[in-house]
Amino acid sequence: MTGDTVLRVENLVVEVARSEGRVVDDVSLTLANGEVLGLAGESGCGKTTLSLALLGYTRRGLRVRSGRVRVDDRSLLEMDEGELERARGSLVTYVPQDPAAALNPALRVGKQLEEVLTFHTRGQDAEARRAHVAQVLGDVDLSANDRLLRSYPHQLSGGQQQRIAIAMAIVNRPRLIVMDEPTTGLDVTTQAHVLQTIRDICRIHGGGVVYVTHDLAVVSSLAIRIAVMYGGRLVEIGPVDDVLGRPSHPYVRGLMLAVPDIDGRRRLTGIPGQAPEPRRRADECLYAPRCPLAVDACRAQAPPPVAVAEGHSAWCIRVGEVERGAAPEAASAAASTPPDAATPLLLVEGLDARYGARPVVHGVSVSIAPGASLALVGQSGSGKTTLARCIAGLHPEWTGAISLDGAAVSHAARGRPQEVREAIQYVFQNPYASLNPRRTVSESVAQPLRYAASRPGRAEIERRVDDVLGRVALSAAMKDRFPHELSGGQRQRVAIARALIVEPRLLVCDEVTSALDVSVQAVIIELLDVLRRERDLSLLFVTHNLALVRSVADDIAVIRDGRIIEQGRVGAVLDAPATEETRTLVANVPRLAGAAPGG
Amino acid sequence: MSAARTRRGMIGLALAIPVVLVALLGPYAAPKSPTAFVGAPFAPHNSDALLGMDGLGRDALSRVLWGGREILALATLATVIGIAVGTALGVTAGYVRGGVDEGIMRTLDVALAFPQIILALLLVSIVGPKLWLVCLAVAAIHAPQVARVARAATLRTAELDFVKYADAFGIPRRRVMAGEIAPNIISPLMVETGLRLTYSIAIIASLSFLGFGLQPPAADWGLMVNENRIGIQQNPWPVVAPILLIAIITVGVNMFSDAVARSALGIEAPIGPAGLLGTDDAPAPGEEAVGEAGAV
Repeated sequence: MTGDTVLRVENLVVEVARSEGRVVDDVSLTLANGEVLGLAGESGCGKTTLSLALLGYTRRGLRVRSGRVRVDDRSLLEMDEGELERARGSLVTYVPQDPAAALNPALRVGKQLEEVLTFHTRGQDAEARRAHVAQVLGDVDLSANDRLLRSYPHQLSGGQQQRIAIAMAIVNRPRLIVMDEPTTGLDVTTQAHVLQTIRDICRIHGGGVVYVTHDLAVVSSLAIRIAVMYGGRLVEIGPVDDVLGRPSHPYVRGLMLAVPDIDGRRRLTGIPGQAPEPRRRADECLYAPRCPLAVDACRAQAPPPVAVAEGHSAWCIRVGEVERGAAPEAASAAASTPPDAATPLLLVEGLDARYGARPVVHGVSVSIAPGASLALVGQSGSGKTTLARCIAGLHPEWTGAISLDGAAVSHAARGRPQEVREAIQYVFQNPYASLNPRRTVSESVAQPLRYAASRPGRAEIERRVDDVLGRVALSAAMKDRFPHELSGGQRQRVAIARALIVEPRLLVCDEVTSALDVSVQAVIIELLDVLRRERDLSLLFVTHNLALVRSVADDIAVIRDGRIIEQGRVGAVLDAPATEETRTLVANVPRLAGAAPGG
Repeated sequence: MSAARTRRGMIGLALAIPVVLVALLGPYAAPKSPTAFVGAPFAPHNSDALLGMDGLGRDALSRVLWGGREILALATLATVIGIAVGTALGVTAGYVRGGVDEGIMRTLDVALAFPQIILALLLVSIVGPKLWLVCLAVAAIHAPQVARVARAATLRTAELDFVKYADAFGIPRRRVMAGEIAPNIISPLMVETGLRLTYSIAIIASLSFLGFGLQPPAADWGLMVNENRIGIQQNPWPVVAPILLIAIITVGVNMFSDAVARSALGIEAPIGPAGLLGTDDAPAPGEEAVGEAGAV
């Protein structure tokens, strides 16, 4: 701990006004000057609510029940509206996840920056203000030329927009900056730049940064300290290298095993079960239902913080029992299929795809052997999803050849024979939109069978629904639920079950885990791996997440601007990229500190 | 129906239901025949006749009690037909797209270009004041507007992945429309139905007022206003009572459909990841937006 304390949160409780369920439960933490605190956790753990409370704000329907938030010894929760308004933007500032939503689309960038400045520092003359803006833009690695200042937000790239948003947050030299996943929407290269910017700002100007994220790798490359939340409570806080390198809480340990690692292929292990819903005061460890180490004492009281080392605490009474140190088991069979299997199941040759007049995919050729898994990797806008959609018949605007088992398939799914439509099944990125909200789980899963070429009878359908739900590890109790009653991971399993029920030969997975938390992602990846081995299923796994590739695929095709720039065995491509672009991509993936040393 | 549990929805129902009951059960409670001449024209109210006499010396209360049944039945029927035809057209246009979409929507634009009440009057004046024709004319007025709402909702729904899945699997288009799209545009259609019902009542009452709806001596709220407006100074009740009833049911149904619309926002939240944060107990499942990068 160096310097003075910028932020002090004491016993903060934020609850749902109606039900008194606690979204943030008894959180205390401090932040020293010049420090970056990573606030990490999975969906619904309360990290966003906590971060907003640091600005003296709660979302509609929530309220602060008790506790204090002090920034530079000024208590935010005791301010009236006018004081708060002045404090926000000068004492504490906020950088939202989506910069496009934070910037006014109708105002030029320079005008917006000056607006924040005029509002908060009256009395300066125009020249001084302009110089100040230029300096701040320099801080975020943008040059304050006329072209930039006179452009509208939509004329800038996502990374530039995010830097403008950060510039707006630092322009008044706040003491505390709260950042809510500001790099989530950016590609890895831009992300690396923005993260560097944040580090520099903190180093140069002092003050503190609370960086909210679900991405442990980002925290480990950015923050000095990390606080991990679960169910609205802190579970572990301490220096990043200690917490992530030698996790003391069983949950953090579980998370570390669920995070895919780009540098070494190891088996991902998910955390079974689900995160808890906000409840009233609970006198037990909220993680106990999912914890392999839970004993009766865990369910008898809320665990107190246990000091593990200087400045490193874990809220677990069984800290001593947690197997510390990251020693993930190496994955067994990396190459499950030989590189040149007899005839490929899927063969794509010289495929060009376009949207209207705009070409998006150029001359792509890939093939997948029976039982093999190909990862199609690229950044957003690279054409990877379009390619996947062409293969599935969802996007008919293409030329070239796609053949399945040597037989050419036609452009649109409706033009293909029913057998082909069954052989190629597609699992969508967003499990929140891929299931009909008015159908129960078993209705959704049974739907394709009703139209299948084999025309199974009612009893047969029912038997196969039960069978396939069992295989994706969904209990019978789920059968009559509607999608909104399921978690994201459960929905994605239903979508996979719906694809599997018609016994496909090729499963096209379009970013199937990008909407899910890491612990759930690991469970889905494990599931796909098992299914692939059991059923000799071929996988086309579309992803932007290079780190995931080692865990799911044998082969990799890197796509950029609609062209395949590199193709080969996963190990070969990731360990020794042949092209500069792939090398940059691999190098820019944030890595976990201390995870899998030497792995 | 969660809308019925909201304050707005309850007030709406509390206003609309009594009027419906008056219309449905009124004939059984009417003290006199609606067509019998029992007093002096425009005789004011007294203990025997609570609303006094109408222009021909008939009991105004009895005529009010009798006069709602047909207008409500006609309005309901016209609404149902209009919603059904409009939904079928709108869903087809929005899902099939292309030439079919253009054909349907441009034809409906032409229909919309006619002033609606004039269109109904035109039809009725050609064929004559038949009730089935009034009903169809009102339905025809609604259909184009309903089709536009249904089409807009369909365009949104058809973009969702579960519809794409059904397409990719080659499920017949008819079944996709009936099974995937229609159930998911119910909420906007419910709102539209409430709105259309109140319009139907107003249009049919206007047609009756103008003499093209129900014909004398039948008792009818719209007709009563026309028959008795000249005597409004002697006895206002034969005019005011039907107007009040029409006003109350209009406001009531509108409030209720508004409540449906508001709760529909909540119902629809689970479709997208960005639900209504903060209004539900749990932070919505999509606290982490579905982003491209960084799902580590």
